[in-house]
Amino acid sequence: MQNKVLMKGNEAIAEAAIIAGCRHYFGYPITPQTEVAAYMAKKMPKIGGTFLQAESEIAAINMVYGVASAGLRVMTSSSSPGISLKSEGLSYLAGADLPAFVVNVQRGGPGLGGIQPSQSDYFQATKGGGHGDYRMIVLAPASVEEMASLTVKGFELADKYRMTSMILADGTMGQMMEPVDLENLKVSKAPEKPWATTGTKMQRKHNIINSLYLKPEELEKGNIERYERYKIVEENEAMYEEYLMDDAEICVVAFGIAARVSKNAINEARSRGIKVGLIRPITLWPFPKAPFDKAKEHIKTFISTELSMGQMIEDVKLATDCKANYVLCNRVGGMIPSPEEVLEQIIKQNGGNK
Amino acid sequence: MNLAKEIKQSGKNVALADLDIVNPYFRAKDSEAELKKLGIHLICSEYANTNLDIPALPDELYAITDQTDKYFVLDIGGDDRGAYVLGRIAPKITEERNFDCFAVVNMFRPLSKDAESSVTILNEIEYAGGINFTGVINNSNLGESTTKDDILSSFNYSKEIALKKHIPVAFTTVNKKLKKEFSELEVKEYNLKFMELQDKPFL
Repeated sequence: MQNKVLMKGNEAIAEAAIIAGCRHYFGYPITPQTEVAAYMAKKMPKIGGTFLQAESEIAAINMVYGVASAGLRVMTSSSSPGISLKSEGLSYLAGADLPAFVVNVQRGGPGLGGIQPSQSDYFQATKGGGHGDYRMIVLAPASVEEMASLTVKGFELADKYRMTSMILADGTMGQMMEPVDLENLKVSKAPEKPWATTGTKMQRKHNIINSLYLKPEELEKGNIERYERYKIVEENEAMYEEYLMDDAEICVVAFGIAARVSKNAINEARSRGIKVGLIRPITLWPFPKAPFDKAKEHIKTFISTELSMGQMIEDVKLATDCKANYVLCNRVGGMIPSPEEVLEQIIKQNGGNK
Repeated sequence: MNLAKEIKQSGKNVALADLDIVNPYFRAKDSEAELKKLGIHLICSEYANTNLDIPALPDELYAITDQTDKYFVLDIGGDDRGAYVLGRIAPKITEERNFDCFAVVNMFRPLSKDAESSVTILNEIEYAGGINFTGVINNSNLGESTTKDDILSSFNYSKEIALKKHIPVAFTTVNKKLKKEFSELEVKEYNLKFMELQDKPFL
């Protein structure tokens, strides 16, 4: 008997979260992530967990704040416009140093936009969204298997660094079905959380969870300490995949669905003798610096394949000291670049058809 | 899609109605051009595959029960939410027409991986849709990576569902790509139907 099941990406996130020990889900339906909530609605009552459809996204993220304060693994999920609504709460979670897990299955924007896939919340996820100086760990899965494994990783990293970790997926990742083996998922035990509001039992001082500091000196100190922690995350937690990079002269940079499309284009280009490879950031924050340190020595042109008007390309430039040529290969509004479109760009950057 | 094609190929007039109101991704509308070429009329919300995310029904919904000179294949969503649509036309279907209502089951899906959980879902669908199932289609698969062993391991599952629901297993679906792995005897014994995988995987 084999252990594989056929799952949608959204379902894989939900089941992996349960496996990771999450027993509290708060959300509000929005296409294309609704299956996360629907799965939780079916599953949570059966395992003694909480599924709650909140009255709004804002309510849901503040419920996450509450459960996280009590030291338990908790999550919410939404899609782009819903994440905008949650952004105030994301800032408060960061200000109170609470571990939380948030999923954004992106759709086209801005505004109400559309329901088709997009990657245009890259800036929002990696550079803020909410107010104040803060970071989130941002994970970008490129398969249903990774939707599950990065969910577990997300809970672990959130606990380890007392941060919010976010899955930044897109509509295709949420909706596509692939076989996945959940029995393989390894979950480490949640660390002790002596800061959590679990009741003093008259044996310790009150723990207070708060993001308001009455003295500016204290607020400054909190910010500086938080950024020291972020530095450790940057040094230790960057994840990426390199594909055919050793002898590459052209490097395609892409994450999520764009990376899958790009890989097909790269294989075709290689069969035509073009030296092209792929760097796929798996963590978008921290943005992986190591593969770009290597690449900037021999890559002439970086092609950033994105489902946005060009957001990650700025981090690619920063990571390579703006030393090379940079080209954007993109579709937006719910459209996905085809392998042919990426191939066309690779051929063009290689000096055209020879 | 496969059922509608089969009916069409046997020389009958057939229409395919996509009545799933829940999932705005992966609609029969994706195959509109192919269906048109085959002469299969598509009944589908005009907002399918657009950015309008509302549970809209096609205005041709009533043709399904009014046009008695045609076969209709109805695609209902895979849970009770999706089946509520059927409730609207169920009385006419059950009163006036000969019909089959197939439960398409897959033991590799996480919420229906055993007979018991599948039957619970089927009961919910019957309650919401107002029509009882008349047969089980064993559609157990893992997408493109399905093996012969996966198919063989699913027969007990579909039989158990059929037994619990007091209905027969109509047939078992197998990806056309696996056809050469089954002997003629097996095809007959297991009542296999080879079909094209409609859900085209992403790259």
